[in-house]
Amino acid sequence: MKFAQTLRAVSVASAMALLMSSAASAVTLNMMNGSEPGSLDPHKASGDWENRIIGDYIEGLMAEDANADAIPGQAESYTVSEDGLVYTFKLRDGIQWSDGEPVTAEDFVFAFQRLFNPATASEYAYLQFPIKNGSELAEGALTDFNELGVKALDDKTVEITLEGPTPYFLQALTHYTAYPIPKHVVDKVGDAWTAPENIVGNGPYKITEWVPGSYVKSVKSETYYDAANVQIDEVNYFVQDDLAAALARYRAGEYDILVDIPADQAEWIKTNLPGQDFFAPFLGVYYYVINQEKAPFDNAEVRKAMSMAINRDVIGPDVLGTGELPAYGWVPEGTANYEGVEPYQPEWIGLSYEERVAQAKAIMEGLGYNASNPLPVQLKYNTNDNHQRVAVAISSMWEQIGIKTELFNSETAVHYDALRAGDFQVGRAGWLLDYSDPSNTLELLTTGIMQDGQMNWGNNYGRYSNPEFDALVKSAAAESDLAVRAKMLGDAEKIAMDETGAIPIYWYIAQNVVTPSITGFVNNAKDIHRTRWLTKAE
Amino acid sequence: MFGFALRRVLSALPVALIAVTACFFILRLAPGGPFDGERALPPQTLANLRAHYNLDQPLISQYFIYIGRLLQGDFGPSMVYNDFTVSQMLWIGLPFTLMLGFTAFIIGTVVGLIAGAISAVNQNKWPDYLLVMLVMIGLVVPNFLIGSILQLVFGVYLGWLPAGGWQNGSIVHLVLPVAVLVLPHAGRTARLMRGSMIEVLGTNYVRTARSQGLGTRLILARHAIKPALLPVVSYLGPGLSYLLTGSLVVEQIFALPGIGKYFISAALNRDYGLVLGTTILYMFIILAVNLVVDLLYAWLDPKVRLR
Repeated sequence: MKFAQTLRAVSVASAMALLMSSAASAVTLNMMNGSEPGSLDPHKASGDWENRIIGDYIEGLMAEDANADAIPGQAESYTVSEDGLVYTFKLRDGIQWSDGEPVTAEDFVFAFQRLFNPATASEYAYLQFPIKNGSELAEGALTDFNELGVKALDDKTVEITLEGPTPYFLQALTHYTAYPIPKHVVDKVGDAWTAPENIVGNGPYKITEWVPGSYVKSVKSETYYDAANVQIDEVNYFVQDDLAAALARYRAGEYDILVDIPADQAEWIKTNLPGQDFFAPFLGVYYYVINQEKAPFDNAEVRKAMSMAINRDVIGPDVLGTGELPAYGWVPEGTANYEGVEPYQPEWIGLSYEERVAQAKAIMEGLGYNASNPLPVQLKYNTNDNHQRVAVAISSMWEQIGIKTELFNSETAVHYDALRAGDFQVGRAGWLLDYSDPSNTLELLTTGIMQDGQMNWGNNYGRYSNPEFDALVKSAAAESDLAVRAKMLGDAEKIAMDETGAIPIYWYIAQNVVTPSITGFVNNAKDIHRTRWLTKAE
Repeated sequence: MFGFALRRVLSALPVALIAVTACFFILRLAPGGPFDGERALPPQTLANLRAHYNLDQPLISQYFIYIGRLLQGDFGPSMVYNDFTVSQMLWIGLPFTLMLGFTAFIIGTVVGLIAGAISAVNQNKWPDYLLVMLVMIGLVVPNFLIGSILQLVFGVYLGWLPAGGWQNGSIVHLVLPVAVLVLPHAGRTARLMRGSMIEVLGTNYVRTARSQGLGTRLILARHAIKPALLPVVSYLGPGLSYLLTGSLVVEQIFALPGIGKYFISAALNRDYGLVLGTTILYMFIILAVNLVVDLLYAWLDPKVRLR
């Protein structure tokens, strides 16, 4: 009896050891991924923490390389018509979903139709509005989805027709809103297709587990066409909102990659984790909006004085400590389709900070504002250590020119609700580019449109309006000559910035921390790092 | 006893309905909504989303739709976690929160009772001073600070325990979070037990027992512990409720999949369905715990009659 028990115990222990050893031999990437994914459905996701997971398990016609540049993904090749309106994609041979079903052109058509279907209520559908009739379908003005500019010419060919020439369209196709979804699964289980028991993808990894509040796990997909070159076997995307705790777990070896850091730990990381800090500018601008419907902020001179008095050189290195670069223009450097346009510089860029303050002070004094009669300004920002630091620093800079600032912080939802309602004087905002093209930031400053008798300003919180600016942005949208288009957009940027349509403060910086055992992690302007390009030394 | 429990449950129903109603309307009156993120959505997209979640209907209609669903056991959809219903989220998070809370409760209560009794028996001697000092630390140091210190010491420097997470469901992942929850609970229990025990030890019947030559252990076991427990039991209800509903900071620091974490993110994101769902669940937990404590109290003190 005892012998039999011992034998059983030994067998169980051996089996467990075997399992553990096979698990240990798998190369596992542990990534601190920030917030809980709201959805793994590419039509319902909205954050970069979802993008990291979705981009690993589904692939679009175009994909990103290690530099986040667009490369053919599920498409083997493509052609573009001479007028830049029709894109024809040939799918790769043998591409499959992770359940072994073939990926066909129909999966792409089905996905785009679902994306624009009002019933899907996709938050980011507008990123694909360059596609013919996309916006009309999403708005319900059209109801026949056969009129969408996405067609399957045969099982292997997808044809996409655009509303107008869109130089960034190939890049827009790398966004998850353009990914295919498995029609054969959605037909069977509907929206529950992303439940762990149903989910299939066509990317380098397949989702195997999702514990809300804890982690999403994916493993290498053997059905992926490039599986032979995918080095990492498993990826754990950990939910972790507390950044101080995240750094502690990184130091304890529980994470290989941090995608964000505690606000005050940048210097510590640079000093104590040399070579592990991947802090690099990426396409995004941090700015203040000024409500131009309210006096005296409707006066461009006041806005100019406020902008001049901000010492941007100290914000990134000293106030934040992360080294964000000062921003004076509206289009981040390195943005694609902007070749030949010099980065915008205000006419006062050559002055020293003291000279700028003196000029700004003179402007404000000319309008009757000084230390004894300051202009009261309420500065609103959403609750966050970094926003607070910047706001405190800038309020003291403004004090020198006769502005008395009251700081007002609130939760993100409340803050943006106030900005949209125009219930603010000066407010903090930020914009990370959805695709690398100057139009993506410039459109933030176009005049709103009338809807149901009310002006809808969209993301133009400051209500900046200049017909000349609007005309240039609109003309550029129809221009197929890239050089001419870039010139138009450059002129538009100059108009808006000369009038201080908003106050750019700094260009965002990506704050990744990567353990030395990981190779292939490349700083890039989109801050996108697909796991298929990474390797990990055990 | 059963009748008492049933009456308590039935009398709690109107309270629950009032609380749900208040929570529903207060949430809707708060500024900001579930779709007020950094980016303004195109008007049609916003309209589609609002229609999808019935937010385009009059508030009173939304309320009755919600109550109607609730009566069928449906907490509705989450507006932020699109791949899950609120019921699914709660079903996933609740077992973990219960496990974390009950483990901390049992350990904290046992440790607190023993520490309080030792402290009382050794009043104004060094074990008493030492325990009082430890209790104070447990009470005054906030749990996010204790959590961070434990993470650094045992996770980073010593490398003995995981600094967070709940991967593979390994029990070692629970050690630090449970320790953080145990400290204040054990501290409060110990403080109550110490005070109560000192009072009991000073009573006439204990003095009489001593004069009859009974040893300290026997006096404690036969005459002191049960009456000393009464004020502690009064605290155990709120204490357990606090552990079950107050573990959100610990879940956040240690990245654990409990409902506390959902509650925080739901409140910040104005995820109306999830906020209401977690609130109702918390309410249910508090009512259940209070009921159990009342029954326990009656068992400990026969003078208390259940009506």
